Amino acid sequence: MSLTARQRVCAVALAELFRGDGEIMASPMGPLPALGAKLAKATFEPALVLTDGVASVVDPDGATESWMPYRAVFDVLWSGRRHVLMGASQVDRFGNQNIACLGDPARPKVQLLGFRGAPGNTINHTTSYWIPKHSKRALVERVDVVSGVGYDRAAALGAAGRFHEIRAVVTDLCVFDFKTPDGSARLKSLHPGVSLEAVQESTGFQFSLAGAGPDAIPVSRSPTPAEDAVLDRLTGGA
Amino acid sequence: MSSGLDKRASEEAIVASLADGMTLGVGGWGSRRKPMSLIRAICRSELKDLTVVSYGGPDVGLLCATGKVRKVVYGFVSLDAIPLEPYFRRARQSGAVEAVSLDEGMFQLGLRAAAWRVPFLPTRSGLGSDVTRVNPWLETVESPYPVGFDPLKLDSSGTDGTDGTDGTDVNSEREVLLAMPALRLDAALLHVHRADAAGNCVIGGSDPYFDDLFAAAADRAYVSCEAVLPTEALKAHGLRSLLIPRMAVAGVVEAPRGAHFTACEPDYGRDEGFQRDYAATAKDPAAWEDFRARYIDVTDEAAYREAVAGRSA
Repeated sequence: MSLTARQRVCAVALAELFRGDGEIMASPMGPLPALGAKLAKATFEPALVLTDGVASVVDPDGATESWMPYRAVFDVLWSGRRHVLMGASQVDRFGNQNIACLGDPARPKVQLLGFRGAPGNTINHTTSYWIPKHSKRALVERVDVVSGVGYDRAAALGAAGRFHEIRAVVTDLCVFDFKTPDGSARLKSLHPGVSLEAVQESTGFQFSLAGAGPDAIPVSRSPTPAEDAVLDRLTGGA
Repeated sequence: MSSGLDKRASEEAIVASLADGMTLGVGGWGSRRKPMSLIRAICRSELKDLTVVSYGGPDVGLLCATGKVRKVVYGFVSLDAIPLEPYFRRARQSGAVEAVSLDEGMFQLGLRAAAWRVPFLPTRSGLGSDVTRVNPWLETVESPYPVGFDPLKLDSSGTDGTDGTDGTDVNSEREVLLAMPALRLDAALLHVHRADAAGNCVIGGSDPYFDDLFAAAADRAYVSCEAVLPTEALKAHGLRSLLIPRMAVAGVVEAPRGAHFTACEPDYGRDEGFQRDYAATAKDPAAWEDFRARYIDVTDEAAYREAVAGRSA
């Protein structure tokens, strides 16, 4: 697999999600999120715990460190020592996520995966999302079904919501976080070469801006030469 | 000396002991180690109106496709390599089946509550999400203890040194949690690697999934296995792989490759080609009728094995 320049930026943005996490389990869903988590572990977060996606904890070279069957994943999840990086069929302005179904859940227009672990993940530990194709279909004003809990829902829960954190949503165009007074989306950075207009045109909700104004929105960083080398090694390319 | 109990039976005999309208738990996970020979026997039977409780895969799909299901209780239904189970999807979208859509952790706690004979278990999982909207019968429960209450920090007079009362700070919030009710199963169907005739089960591979919990949550468990062994031969598989003791098990079927076409690692992997063909039949009614005639409406599991062997020949 050889990576495009944009994929490399996305891999770095996905790796950055785990910065500061220390010795917890990172659970990335999908190939690019997995690459991002491995990049973080290989560089600035060496203590991260990563699984092989089956039942083993593995080191960066694939050697087994420990056992992690599904039952143990739930124990880790409930302990809070986990950061999940999930996909989403829909994400809305407050970070609510839908992977369950489209339309009326009593008789869905489109049945998707189901709730999976999204409700429990989002209420028990840090969650981030990866949207590989930024569009108004994926980034919506209101999700049809709340699988992963967003900031508006969590705020209404009192003490039971105290472990909730949606760290960021990374797309192929930009990064959103929710560091606003009401927990609504904020454009944290634009990937190199992406305009604010391009993001606005393909986003179905209003968002605020990080930085000093529309002309000063931070740009997502590109990989360092060392990170590029790690990405090449992890993807078997050069 | 072994118990001397002999619970061996055929798939057909086990299915004959089930009844319309029962709640059946199915072990395995997605398209992994599903008791497919028992599922196929149900598909061939007259059983109907089943409530199926499953970390769902083609077990749920085939039961939906053959009209056996009234309600599906699930956190997901997936074929792993193929993310969405086509027959479950169709049944949901056409309204043919009811659904109890749950978070996977809630699902586990529901089984555990059933196994422990308590009415519910408290959890944060589900709060704030639409799990509570689509299942309006779900209730919450307020903790009797304030947030941060720690009985181990109380001194001999019963005060914790922080508020001068009885260790509970009246001003502190009581956390409101979701009360996940027990998911009681009339029967559980499991596929394991080895068992003895009395129903002691060896679960090999890297992940036992929640099979032991399904057995514990059910009035009775029926187990298919790759091979029935003498009791004294079980221990060679490692004491820690002996995960289900016989008292939960009512019937044992010897079903070599009984999990086909799902995976039963390390004995065999998923038959991806077969699974692809199965999934493709959802797009073509004639292909489904052909699949059904070849692989479901056959005499028994032996005939199924022959049909599968004939595929590659």
